[in-house]
Amino acid sequence: MNTLPAGDLLALFLHFLTLSLLSIGGAMSTAPEMHRYFVVERGWIGEADFTTAIALAQAAPGPNVLFVPVLGFQAAGLPGAAAALVGILLPSTLLSLGVSRWGASRRDTPLVRAFTAGLAPVTVGLVFATGWLLALPFLGDPAHRNGALVLITLTALVTLRTKLAPIWMILVGALLGAAGIA
Amino acid sequence: MSTPSPDVAPSGPAGNRPASPFALFIAFSLLALQGFGGVLAVAQRELVDRRGWLSRGEFVELYSIAQMLPGPNVVNLSLMIGDRYFGWRGALAAITGMLFAPFLIVIALAAGYERLAEYPAVAGALRGMGAVAAGLILAMAFKMLGTLRDNLLGPWLCALLGLASLVAIAVFRLPLAWIVIGLGLLGWGLARWRVAVVDARAARTGEGR
Repeated sequence: MNTLPAGDLLALFLHFLTLSLLSIGGAMSTAPEMHRYFVVERGWIGEADFTTAIALAQAAPGPNVLFVPVLGFQAAGLPGAAAALVGILLPSTLLSLGVSRWGASRRDTPLVRAFTAGLAPVTVGLVFATGWLLALPFLGDPAHRNGALVLITLTALVTLRTKLAPIWMILVGALLGAAGIA
Repeated sequence: MSTPSPDVAPSGPAGNRPASPFALFIAFSLLALQGFGGVLAVAQRELVDRRGWLSRGEFVELYSIAQMLPGPNVVNLSLMIGDRYFGWRGALAAITGMLFAPFLIVIALAAGYERLAEYPAVAGALRGMGAVAAGLILAMAFKMLGTLRDNLLGPWLCALLGLASLVAIAVFRLPLAWIVIGLGLLGWGLARWRVAVVDARAARTGEGR
């Protein structure tokens, strides 16, 4: 963990404020620009730190956007983490609140009806693609392929057939994985 | 600014709704803490299947809008759900629930990461959790498929748009923003045309009576 002078902390905050409105499809879409700024231009953190931030956010519970405060933390400790998280969320959140209220009050107009109907199949396709991309690394790993395939299939079946809370399935996955079975 | 829009359905299919902004905060904290490898599938599970605050169709609708907007999709989704029950206080409660506890955990992990990474059991546990996350998302995708039955685009256009976005991401690895904007605008245009057709047909049968 490092510390940065107040001027650099402000620059970090402003940089995330501007990236916020560009992060269509999620904060991960601006990761290449964050890499350029943090690692290449400013040299606040190293290459390995950047990869670690993304891996940690994916392993930890919660939204993947949390790789952003980890970058801030690596560069400037807790103040950096807070500045990064507030910066990346504030503009997009205010815009989303305004747009969703605007849309909700015009729910029955042809344009808004068409918007939600036209987007729905694209959304479903993207969720299938996400499932595929998450499963793919296991298919290319001969040592764990069969165990992982069983775990993926069982999880999907239990989710479709029961009301079991996800945390129990995740716990079973963690235990089987730690034991080297899956 | 403080009241949610009145013409939005205030409760889910079974008439369920959160009791207070604090109940929203707790619900979103609990679902975020179960969200290893992504929160979306857990959110669908908890809010739609278990608590019944939203129908599957409403969830797809809100998520479709959430991902067109800048910002993390699940954060946008949280704020839209919170806002529709308790206005900006609900939005704030939902976002804070979604982020606060996971923020503390990820920062603690970042501080202690180097010691943890030495254990092979930790890597194994993460792999097992990743496989479960993949299963959760695939199950969610199958559930979402059912909501397209009532879509005014009809089965063929829905299949075309869905497969196009699946292939664009899974095979061609195109940036998400291109797909959401490109196919989203195409879907919007097609659906606008279908709305005109459906409304014209409804008007004709109305006159015929």
